[in-house]
Amino acid sequence: MMTSPTTVESTGAGVAAAGRSEQRPASPARTRRPRDWRMALEVIGFTAPALVLFFMFIVWPMIRAVEFSFFRWKGFGPLVDFVGLKNYVSVLTNDVFIGALLNNLFVVVMSIVIQLPVGIAVALLLNRKMRFQGILRMIVFVPYVLAEVIAGVVWFQLLQPQYGVIDSILGMVGIQGPEQGFLGDPKYAMWTVMVVLTWKYLGLAIILFLAGLQGVPAELDEAAQIDGATWWQTQRYVTLPLLGPTLRTWGFLSMVGSLQLFDMVWILTKGGPANSTMTMATFLINEGTRRSNYGIAGAASVILFVVALALALVYQRFILRRDNPDYADKAARR
Amino acid sequence: MKKQILGLCAAAAIALSACGGSASDTSTTDGAAGDVTLTWWHNSNNEPGKSVYDQVAKDFEEAHPGVTVEVTAMAHEDMLTRLEAAWQSGDAPDVYMERGGGELADKVDAGLVKDVTESASDEIAKLGGNVSGWQVDGQTYALPFSMGVVGFWYNTDMFAEAGITEAPKTWDEMYDAIDKLKAAGIAPISVGAGDKWPAAHYWYYFALRACDSAVLDDAVKTLDFSDQCFVTAGEQLEKLVAAEPFNAGFLNTPAQTGPTSASGLLATNKVAMELAGHWEPGVMQGLTEDGKGLGDATGWFAFPSFDGQAGDPTSALGGGDAWASPADAPDEATELIKYLLSDEVQKTFAENDMGLPTNPSASQYVTDPALADLLAVRDNAARVQLYFDTAFGTSVGGAMNDAIALMFAGQASPQDIVDATQQAADAEK
Repeated sequence: MMTSPTTVESTGAGVAAAGRSEQRPASPARTRRPRDWRMALEVIGFTAPALVLFFMFIVWPMIRAVEFSFFRWKGFGPLVDFVGLKNYVSVLTNDVFIGALLNNLFVVVMSIVIQLPVGIAVALLLNRKMRFQGILRMIVFVPYVLAEVIAGVVWFQLLQPQYGVIDSILGMVGIQGPEQGFLGDPKYAMWTVMVVLTWKYLGLAIILFLAGLQGVPAELDEAAQIDGATWWQTQRYVTLPLLGPTLRTWGFLSMVGSLQLFDMVWILTKGGPANSTMTMATFLINEGTRRSNYGIAGAASVILFVVALALALVYQRFILRRDNPDYADKAARR
Repeated sequence: MKKQILGLCAAAAIALSACGGSASDTSTTDGAAGDVTLTWWHNSNNEPGKSVYDQVAKDFEEAHPGVTVEVTAMAHEDMLTRLEAAWQSGDAPDVYMERGGGELADKVDAGLVKDVTESASDEIAKLGGNVSGWQVDGQTYALPFSMGVVGFWYNTDMFAEAGITEAPKTWDEMYDAIDKLKAAGIAPISVGAGDKWPAAHYWYYFALRACDSAVLDDAVKTLDFSDQCFVTAGEQLEKLVAAEPFNAGFLNTPAQTGPTSASGLLATNKVAMELAGHWEPGVMQGLTEDGKGLGDATGWFAFPSFDGQAGDPTSALGGGDAWASPADAPDEATELIKYLLSDEVQKTFAENDMGLPTNPSASQYVTDPALADLLAVRDNAARVQLYFDTAFGTSVGGAMNDAIALMFAGQASPQDIVDATQQAADAEK
């Protein structure tokens, strides 16, 4: 008989919890030492530079962005034209922004739908003992290492209509690409961007999954095989469940990254043609730096932040919670 | 051990250079009383422009004891980005490049730009109508040093190959030329609609042809686009787009970056023509390996007319660059701007083909034949209309350009362009 997924998971969590409890006692003892203030001073001394930078370049700009979002502001001069929530209304009733939001969600969903199964499949294959394993892993990871700007420029050239490499190759096998090119036709542009994004980020998923697979104890595999499980069954009931935390973490990174998508789109299409590849980030850059509507850009950035935060919290609540020690403890007790 | 010593040396070196940096910073402000340091940003970061301007700064320093000019030359796009940041932080250079129109009006409204109406009255008189794009409510805020016009740049060899003997003057002739080029297997026109403004120039030009001069003046002032001629402009553009004269992938083609951009396609003999401004020969030279662009095959003709248009057929769409100072800049900054428009500097400017000089005394020194022709067109134009996106300001102009780009994609009607522009304009009021 095969081990059921839940048992494996609780065992895994149990092991993790045990590991933690071994490390725990050290810290409380340390903070209770008499020279507490020195410790505090050290902490302040070491964190202060980072905190200063954090407040200067992260917290302060965020506060300013919220402030700008309530004004009509051109990018210079004093903030005098208070408009209340008008900027938010105009962003949320803007078809282009709604389209951008939907494009972002499209990328979130498609990333998971495409990269998750393909990533797992490739990771499982690459995890087996084989020749050229190192080289194959490297090849898979190379696109992720390339700077986004460089990858974007290269793909832009490859995708040129008529003269581009991709159209030429398609031409050789008798397929004619869209007349406007893959990036120039509003019908195909978003899908083309998605293909490039998949090419770019699949490597990260695979490397993460491979790392997760290293943490799957070989004994469990062997035990399953002794129980008569096939390779497929072993993967399905032993390896994948143990890979769970890695998959969920990757999902989170992928989601947040997809919501913030900017560089690749900006280089490939600038959000065009006809706004078909607009994302929330390209929208706010367009409104801010190109149209000098900094108030509207501020409102868009706040909305982007809220959407990302909301999705992150939902993800945390319903999916990442399984990796939370408290949840695991409760599950184990059950 | 050895490594540690090296590390220490490196740390010391960094610390020392940091000290050095701060020491030199203080010395500039500690100068004798009355000394002034002017900062000047320009975009002539290639030769010969860069050396020319360095020499100009030196000459100015010599003529004005106690004044130091700190020149920063940078790429055009970098300059725009840095300028924008500088305005936001209230740290704009003492002399900067101003494109005029609505962008300038916004800054003037915020009290950020120095009024030079009085202090540069002689220069303003000399430049004549050229300064109109840099005037707000009758006051002048900048002196234009280069002004050009937009028209069709074309490959004369390709036109000959397609059997076109004369450059089109009307849109009927133009459509005829487009058909001939297509029949000869040549893509007629490239347009960088990916960057939007090159596409928008078509609509601007159709509007310039369709609308009476008074209507345009009124529109720039009141931001009222209710005149039917603006719809006519869109109808003409719709007709052009329907004739499919543009390069493959034009919706995602950039304006000037790389050989696959609109300018690159013209420079590398992939298309026959492109609608662009006076910068085009220079841009094409930068995009070809031999640095010649189209060379002898470079031709130019004005935007054609159509039947029943209300605008003057010699009117041209154009724009230029001017020198201006922030309101809080020292008076010496105005002196530098005036010097930049002087006969001698404009002469050097013209001789080095750095642009189309605005000081009439310098016109004769333009050597490049294409630029010299263009100068004549500009000077004989009934009206030089500043690019609408600049004239109306980035907010209205941006909305306008976006809507025009949608028409190129077949997703906006003539009325949609007017509506989108009017909507953005109303938000400004």
